[in-house]
Amino acid sequence: MERTEAELIAAVLKGDSSSFEPLVQKYSPRVFATARRYARRESEVEDIVQEVWLKSFEKLASFRGEAPFEHWLMRLAVRTCYDFLRGHQRNRESAFSELTEAEEDWLERFVVEPNNSPEDADAAKLLINRVMEKLSPQARLVITLLEIEDRSVKEIAELTGWTVPLVKVRAFRARGEMRKILAKIAKDKYL
Amino acid sequence: MNLSKLEDKLLAAARANPPSDQVPYAFEKRITALLASRKVEDKSLFWSRALWRAAFSCVAVVLLLGVWLYFRPSPPASTDTADLSQDFRNTLTAQNDSSTTQ
Repeated sequence: MERTEAELIAAVLKGDSSSFEPLVQKYSPRVFATARRYARRESEVEDIVQEVWLKSFEKLASFRGEAPFEHWLMRLAVRTCYDFLRGHQRNRESAFSELTEAEEDWLERFVVEPNNSPEDADAAKLLINRVMEKLSPQARLVITLLEIEDRSVKEIAELTGWTVPLVKVRAFRARGEMRKILAKIAKDKYL
Repeated sequence: MNLSKLEDKLLAAARANPPSDQVPYAFEKRITALLASRKVEDKSLFWSRALWRAAFSCVAVVLLLGVWLYFRPSPPASTDTADLSQDFRNTLTAQNDSSTTQ
């Protein structure tokens, strides 16, 4: 008979670390998907996910079981990703590299026909990744959670540990930061 | 260039392309092997152990003090003690003595 999450967690807390494996197996896809939003290289993604699992194992005693384990784990995952972004802030400060030909073409098409430029084009994906990498860690986290994952301010506050007004302020600043980066791209290209 | 529109388009592009949730082969085995060498940090266990140790230390100190008090050599009888009590009594009764002599 399959054991419930609560039983698995209780077993891990009693010292049976092998009971942690089903939890890792069940929730790793979600944690990997989250980590891939913030790190590009697969080695970095694996490092983040590994850290999430190690932290969750070490802090398992603090899981009270009032909310689902998944919520607790995702909070830990988001905070670990944020720490990763802060740790790799130096990379963001490098000079804006040249746009690829595909990105330039996509932008050209957007200028001519703003409504008809495809959103699923690879160039658009590359361009948004480039913009996201230029954002500050706070801005990137807020934009990802609010605009891309479509989460509510309250949910973001719970995930990040920030207060609701702080999330709103940071979201406002993040949008401003993003506009600035887009304006820089436009300026570099058309002026 | 309409920056607001560009922002919307790019965010829509990001939404349209969610990241893969693929997990590397035997990833959970790797994590479990890594965790096998670690112990779960149980704060209540840590505190109960620390408190038990402190309690044993206190009991040991009390016992040692008890043994020392029981077996210590008794101090030699001193006449100073008697003198001191006599002085104390004289001081207390000095007022009465002076009033009766007057």
